[in-house]
Amino acid sequence: MEIMDCCESRTTAGISRRQMLLGGATFAAWAYLPKFARAAGGRDPRVIMVILRGALDGLATVAPVGDPDYAALHGAIALTRGGPHPAIELDSFFALHPSMPVFARMYRDKQAAVVHAVATPYRDRSHFDGQDVLESGFAGPGRVQSGWLNRALGALPKGERVTSALAVGPTAPLVLRGPAPTVGWAPAVLPQAADDTAMRLLELYDHRDRALHEALAQGLKLEKSASGEGMKPKGGNAVAAMRFAAKGAAKLMAADDGPRIGALAFDGWDTHANEGGPVGRLAFLLSGLDGAFEEFQNGLGPRWRDTVVIVATEFGRTAHINGTSGTDHGTGTIALLAGGAVKGGRVIADWPGLKTANLYQARDLAPTTDLRAVIKGVLRDQLGLSEQVLAKTVFPDSGAVKPMAGLVV
Amino acid sequence: MARDSQGALVALNRFGFGARGGAAGDFGNAASDPRGFVKAELSRPNAALLDVPGLTSTPALARAMFEYQGEVKQARIAAKAAEAAKAEVQPGADRSEGHGQPMAPKVANASGMSAMKPDAAKPAMPVNVVQKTYRAEALARLQRATIADCGFVERLVTFWSNHFCISANKGQPARMWAGSFEREAIRPHVLGHFPDMLKAVEQHPAMLFFLDNQQSVGPDSRAGRNRKRGLNENLAREIMELHTLGVGSGYTQDDVTSFARMITGWTYVGRAGRLGEPGTFIFNANAHEPGPQRLLGKTYDNTGLGQGEAALADIARHPATAKFIATKFARHFVADDPPPALVARLQSVFTKTGGDLKAMTLTLVDSNEAWQAPLTKMRSPYEYLIASGRLLARIPEDPGLYLGGLNMLGEPLWTPPGPNGFPDTNAAWAAPEGMKLRLDIAARISSRIAPSIDPRELLEVAVGDAASNETRQAVARAETREQALALLLMSPEFQRR
Repeated sequence: MEIMDCCESRTTAGISRRQMLLGGATFAAWAYLPKFARAAGGRDPRVIMVILRGALDGLATVAPVGDPDYAALHGAIALTRGGPHPAIELDSFFALHPSMPVFARMYRDKQAAVVHAVATPYRDRSHFDGQDVLESGFAGPGRVQSGWLNRALGALPKGERVTSALAVGPTAPLVLRGPAPTVGWAPAVLPQAADDTAMRLLELYDHRDRALHEALAQGLKLEKSASGEGMKPKGGNAVAAMRFAAKGAAKLMAADDGPRIGALAFDGWDTHANEGGPVGRLAFLLSGLDGAFEEFQNGLGPRWRDTVVIVATEFGRTAHINGTSGTDHGTGTIALLAGGAVKGGRVIADWPGLKTANLYQARDLAPTTDLRAVIKGVLRDQLGLSEQVLAKTVFPDSGAVKPMAGLVV
Repeated sequence: MARDSQGALVALNRFGFGARGGAAGDFGNAASDPRGFVKAELSRPNAALLDVPGLTSTPALARAMFEYQGEVKQARIAAKAAEAAKAEVQPGADRSEGHGQPMAPKVANASGMSAMKPDAAKPAMPVNVVQKTYRAEALARLQRATIADCGFVERLVTFWSNHFCISANKGQPARMWAGSFEREAIRPHVLGHFPDMLKAVEQHPAMLFFLDNQQSVGPDSRAGRNRKRGLNENLAREIMELHTLGVGSGYTQDDVTSFARMITGWTYVGRAGRLGEPGTFIFNANAHEPGPQRLLGKTYDNTGLGQGEAALADIARHPATAKFIATKFARHFVADDPPPALVARLQSVFTKTGGDLKAMTLTLVDSNEAWQAPLTKMRSPYEYLIASGRLLARIPEDPGLYLGGLNMLGEPLWTPPGPNGFPDTNAAWAAPEGMKLRLDIAARISSRIAPSIDPRELLEVAVGDAASNETRQAVARAETREQALALLLMSPEFQRR
């Protein structure tokens, strides 16, 4: 089974370090164009949500090198302004991880911004509950029927159906799951069932099983619309997977009749042990994320101008490194914004400080910005959603969290 | 007893891995006594053990892996030396034969590794014993599931294995031990006692590696003071959150940290074998955090290994654990939202019997709910592939087809996306892309098998008179045998359980 073997080898044992870094990458998108997308003379905005699953160490990605307590807390893995792998200065206080030169360039071009000391309303430390909160948009875990981005789509004026879309991986991320129809795609590496067989099966489902009918009908549409060439993962590692997913997403989202709003999820950020500093495990992952930014920009071409990419994670990691040169589950972290529509070139932070007394529960970066404020700001100013919809439907019971102003050009 | 077709579907599909083709007559047997059909497997001694020639213990696998890693290292050194020698002797010259293999390692010329053709320029790499082991373990598991009578015990194994999952992608030891972990820590206890399974799991080298506990060192232990290494709370947290109490059951961050300290020193013997036989669990007192610890309101004196074991035993008996396990168990077999009365009974039996899993399992089989709830759950990709193989009476000889199919469908064997295992709800498995891929796989299987079978007969074998008219017609009116078989494999009767 040459085809099967090719899939199997994706998880074949090779170098053990590479295996640890193998990460998933998924993408899905709204099945419709917003009505305003094709309006004459109007802006044609695009929004891409990137979920980093596993809890990104914000202090290791955008390091507060100007904070007197940072170096001691992050110890051997702390970034520095000097040395053989100097961090990239963003301003007099914050510096960016050296494996993110593309994001740094975007920042200099004022097309990228960082929000620091940010967190969802979730304050415990379970990945899975934290991801529920991040993606569902509810204030607490366990609400997994729909995601905030899907509910935001429900509030947009619906235009024509997209004719191309792509999703890598067999399930849509929660953030985009829900009643508003989504499309996705998994790479075709199997010979496909004949259309006639599929049609007959659809008819059987139509009589016997509505849920399966709906799922299969959608699955067939996606398969048709996703183009094959250039969209197969070259296999291997998380870096390639992130680039691949971003490239595919950008290609489809650049098209005139392609989706405008999509979501990707990248796994593998749970760096409990041997996280590494300017080089090492996290550095490797961040270079993949940086590659994804590059693919977004290149692939979207002229559309990059009207795009906002939001990158967020379920929570941060401990300010203090643990006993195994890594970090355990924490609270405050970063969110990244990139795209031609971002009012960039700044690190937005109400910095809480890193003295023990300032840390959340004396262990984590204290969150001073609610992630929902950031996302609301983008959704309001980029997609024109009202504050009321954002406070009631998209992020239920979040009236007290006001949209952050001025994130979008 | 009268024939009970609906009961047969529940017995075969909800509890088992589906009816076997050939002359097994599973559907008829199940229809005449559904409960008896399911229970028959439970009373066999050692029903869940998997003793297959060629599969070996974790320490033996550790030895083989360490040897392999050494050989790889040697081969790399040899390759480098060869490169260097060539560059020195013949700068810019063509590759010459017989040159530059000064230290080529022994290469076992294993079958099935045809890609390993030694090439004159590059010293050959040794056979990848890690991948070879993973495939052999996978094959044994696939074969067992395919030939089992009902498959209920194997379904229990997959349930518990997913509950206490590790990921083969964590690194070579995890891939090497994924199978032996299941054979040694899960299988002996699926009809035994939960506290025993819990202890076997948390002290197994595979789990200690997967959740980093082999690196965790008590900050005030001797090793901690000397080596400036410290605590890693990963295992402690996941034990409480995912293996026992469940998230939101009332424990705090302090409890997690405290428990992490109690299990410092729980590690396995490494390659050098300083503390014992490589690949065996060992309590390393040097790394154990001294002093008493408080967990969930109780103080545990430092008795070394006993400290963490006492805490683990208490966690296993905690009411939150009973509730968490009962809910998950009922969700897996009965419905995404299982009947509360059933969950309550399972919980109560679990509590009263000190976690007797056979008693809990029998309570499930004896319940009315499990037989009356509609068959709405989707088969997981693993269940789907195994059920297909059983129906077509094909005993797997090469695991590649299955492993590839599982990768495609998002359930790679022993490789879940996180320590919470694969999802267990319809939302996860009835997604659009997943359904399309299931159909492609059904078509693929059909193209290889269909010419030799009669799909109408096979539909009888699979679901008997429980087949709907629509499914019968779709199969009967299909254009080709191939198409008919693909439709049968994708029918609601075959996909849902």
